[in-house]
Amino acid sequence: MENIEPLLAQGIAAVEQAASTQDLDQVRVQYLGKKGHLTQLLKGLGQLSAEERPQAGARINEAKQALQDVLNARKDELEGAALNAKLAAETIDVTLPGRGQALGGLHPVTKTLERIEAFFANIGYSVAEGPEIEDDYHNFEALNIPAHHPARAMHDTFYFDAHTLLRTHTSPVQIRTLEEQKPPVRIICPGRVYRCDYDQTHSPMFHQVEGLLVDKNISFADLKGTLEQFLREFFEEDVKVRFRPSYFPFTEPSIEVDIDRGDGKWLEVLGCGMVHPKVFASVGIDPEEYTGFAFGMGVERLAMLRYGVNDLRLFFENDLRFLGQFN
Amino acid sequence: MKFSEEWLRELVNPAIDTDALVAQITMAGLEVDEVVPVAGAFSGVIVGEILTAEPHPNADKLQVCIVSDGHEQHQVVCGAPNARAGLKTSFAKVGAVLPGDFKIKKAKLRQVESFGMLCAEDELGLSQDHGGIMELAADAPVGHCLRDYLRLNDKIIDVDLTPNRGDCLSITGLAREVGVLNKVGVTFVEPVPVEPVIKDAFAVVLEAKAACPRYVGRVIRRINPQAESPLWMVEKLRRAGIRSIDPVVDVTNYVLLELGQPMHAFDLAKLSGSILVREAQDGEKLTLLDGQEVELKAGTLLITDEQGPLAMAGIMGGEGSSVTSETRDIFLESAFFAPLAIAGRARAYGLHTDSSHRFERGVDWRLQRTAIERATELLLEIVGGEPGPVTEVKSEEHLPEVARIRLRHARVNQLLAFDMPAAEIEEILTRLGLQLSECEAGVWDVAVPSYRFDIEIEVDLIEELARVYGYNNLPVKTPMAALPIKPIVESRVETRSMRRTLVALGYQEAITYSFIEAGLAQQFDDQYDAIVLANPISAEMAVMRTSLWPGLAKALQYNQNRQQDRVRLFETGQRFLPRGGELVQENVIAGVVAGSREPEGWTGKAQKVDFYDLKGHVESLLALGGAAQQYSVASASHVALHPGQSAAIKRDGKVVGYMGALHPNLVKSLDLDGPVYLFELKLETLADGRLPRFSELSKFPESRRDLALIVDEKMPFDTLRTVALKEGGEYLKEVTLFDVYQGQGIEAGRKSLAIGLTWQHPSRTLNDEEINGTIQSVVGALKSEFGATLRE
Repeated sequence: MENIEPLLAQGIAAVEQAASTQDLDQVRVQYLGKKGHLTQLLKGLGQLSAEERPQAGARINEAKQALQDVLNARKDELEGAALNAKLAAETIDVTLPGRGQALGGLHPVTKTLERIEAFFANIGYSVAEGPEIEDDYHNFEALNIPAHHPARAMHDTFYFDAHTLLRTHTSPVQIRTLEEQKPPVRIICPGRVYRCDYDQTHSPMFHQVEGLLVDKNISFADLKGTLEQFLREFFEEDVKVRFRPSYFPFTEPSIEVDIDRGDGKWLEVLGCGMVHPKVFASVGIDPEEYTGFAFGMGVERLAMLRYGVNDLRLFFENDLRFLGQFN
Repeated sequence: MKFSEEWLRELVNPAIDTDALVAQITMAGLEVDEVVPVAGAFSGVIVGEILTAEPHPNADKLQVCIVSDGHEQHQVVCGAPNARAGLKTSFAKVGAVLPGDFKIKKAKLRQVESFGMLCAEDELGLSQDHGGIMELAADAPVGHCLRDYLRLNDKIIDVDLTPNRGDCLSITGLAREVGVLNKVGVTFVEPVPVEPVIKDAFAVVLEAKAACPRYVGRVIRRINPQAESPLWMVEKLRRAGIRSIDPVVDVTNYVLLELGQPMHAFDLAKLSGSILVREAQDGEKLTLLDGQEVELKAGTLLITDEQGPLAMAGIMGGEGSSVTSETRDIFLESAFFAPLAIAGRARAYGLHTDSSHRFERGVDWRLQRTAIERATELLLEIVGGEPGPVTEVKSEEHLPEVARIRLRHARVNQLLAFDMPAAEIEEILTRLGLQLSECEAGVWDVAVPSYRFDIEIEVDLIEELARVYGYNNLPVKTPMAALPIKPIVESRVETRSMRRTLVALGYQEAITYSFIEAGLAQQFDDQYDAIVLANPISAEMAVMRTSLWPGLAKALQYNQNRQQDRVRLFETGQRFLPRGGELVQENVIAGVVAGSREPEGWTGKAQKVDFYDLKGHVESLLALGGAAQQYSVASASHVALHPGQSAAIKRDGKVVGYMGALHPNLVKSLDLDGPVYLFELKLETLADGRLPRFSELSKFPESRRDLALIVDEKMPFDTLRTVALKEGGEYLKEVTLFDVYQGQGIEAGRKSLAIGLTWQHPSRTLNDEEINGTIQSVVGALKSEFGATLRE
């Protein structure tokens, strides 16, 4: 049994020389297979004495195990190298652009509208909508703007005939809602409105959000609180807000709201007021029992202030280079 | 309304500076638009007198003037044609500084020395006038500082008054307001009635009594036609934006500004018979002061005499009866015209005057006599003359009444959420000119003055209280309210989800105008005649869209013209369909697609979008509500679409939208880079989805068989699918199309459709015989009905 050690040494050397898992398998068969060199030695055990046999058997098995260990280690090594080579070959340029559709985007007016809607939805307002081609009654008469009222000059109106027009504000939705629904009412009415006026600061079509709250005991203080909070949250800034007396035929008192974003300049952002008793009368609500407030804001104006857009007309040119800036 | 601050301060002079005053009245609801100094910043300019003016030896258009400053004489070269001996004008001496920090130095103009400059109004920032050097009055004090002489350290305040505050369209009204805000006294103009010197009067008859319930007139004879308006008056008018014309007109304009009463002066010699105030008949003619002849419409209020119309009442006088430089005798008019009689009339003639502006908003109906006395007083001072007695014709029953309003203290407190002290309420309203008496505990009876047309009901008084107290001094609260849970309809698809679906597909949202060009509307729609605006802004915005496609196509064109070749745009909004006698306004969602299928990239050759890209996008929208099975698509013709690539989208058999390729003719006429694909769907239909409903999952395996069928190339896949579903037995779950082939191996005019059929039974495994049986019935039906054959 004196040739165990040289055989083992030869085997180990063969393992180390194996360059691939196939080579390694051959070595395994050569030494450890059924007819392998080390396996053969076991067959020679019978020629030994009973005293020598266990010791020699143990040595042969130790050698087999030792070779097996080396073989396993080498196998792991070779497989690891093969995997690494494969992975290296599969390396790609991860900085190449991704495949597929590029995301589009919402119009800045829609972004602004949805944001306004969300603020008011959170405090219990519902969205109400109405027709854009309106009748004179809902757009003017019911809002305490009779024919020839000087306030009509403030609304350059598009007409179809004497009684049909494009709504000049979303306030008619107030009337349509109050005709259907009894207080308490909390609605906002977003939508397109139209004025016959076109220059750098006027568009013949723009968007408004009208808000209306009618309930018992609604006061001027509630109006102030609601709008002050809204403006701060909308701009996500601690804007200064001031309330300035104004005039709208459908509210009394009437208010213009200005903000100062820290540069000392007051910017007019919305109009509002307490619902005029004549408006309540036109929809059959008792102004002694209920009071309410209404407000109206120009969406483009708010979007311009928020995003820094400097020309109103850009909103309707639909230039992808403009629209893409809001994605 | 523009006014001179100095003039205001003559009536009320609170101890605050201009900025504070402007802020104060703005915050009281009289919004100040602009404050401008009446003159530019200059110094060293005096009143000079031109002693001699001789032609310049070396220049045709220049003169060499000798100008006196009261002590010394200066040689000044001047280019103004009106420079002449004896003229008093503004003289900037050497050392003076003109606006723009322009220093006056000794100069030489074409070899002649010049010591100073004679100035035009624009050079001193007084106006835009550059017609010549200033012509000062003959009595202007030579050597006097021009700023002091013309009182130029004044500011013009331009206040943008809301239509309810007609009472503030005068210095008196503004002064009253400033007095209230500062709690200081106001010196109101109270003219002493002028005793008549002559007995002459001119008869006045009111026919339109409701429209003109009061007419006050006065004759003044033998005025001095040579007289000129005094400097102070000319300057006050100028600062209010009114040009001086002649003393009589200036006085009426002055009273208009001072008291708010529009007046008119007739040349008495041109009147015949008597004044009759009546409504016009259609077709009567009148030549107005501005020279234009108008054809009058019935309902227009007129001042007439026996010869016919003299003036459009409360709007503009007539040329024929107007005061001229020849006029010696005048008839003054100071009338009250009811707001409703004037409102809208001026606009109907394309006119807007200082007078109509005030009458429309309401003029103090008790002011007429005061105004005529004030005008008389001023006229006698300036042009002299002999006044006759004041004649007043009125219809008491048609005059407005003093409004009496009950004001409840509790209501004030409730509406303002604030306990306003009674003393404060009384103080504010009294200063505003209202009369209060407490008629029961906590309730006042309030009488409204005749100049406040805007105060009619209790809440109008509360507004006055809030306004004067200061909106910003009132408390702030958050509304308290019961908050019931609002219903949310789960099956409803919100528009915001539709928008986001398209955004994920690469669409950018557009907003196009609701009004479009008539011709374009017709090219896209032959079903509805778009309704037409009576007063469009332009031909491009003349009719209401019946589809969003024209607007989107124009937006596509705009972008393609700006090198944007890959365009995906969508829009949501109303379309306006005149259906019979009825107008349907409905929301739709529409899109346009052109250019490459994917953004330009490196992964493959760019391919242009086709119909099936568009259809995929539409299918994504249809699937949003979970009711995709209710929709079907069938080829259909549409005037704007390619006849071979257009489809109607139906829900339960009803058309709810269209999609397809834009007709090549339209692609060409709009100069687009095609092909272009469009869709439009009713928003309401898309919004109406389905609530999910669970069905038991089968534990048994699915079986799938693939078939390739050769059919006529015109046969729609949908027909094949319908037959397969019908014949495939109740356990056929799905029919999938996985290949469409035409070409080698398939005879011309036919195509091969490869479909996969999937079956599953809820409670057992289906065996081959069952499946083969159903395949045979599917194939059999397709063979017999459509001549389909199995591809070998």
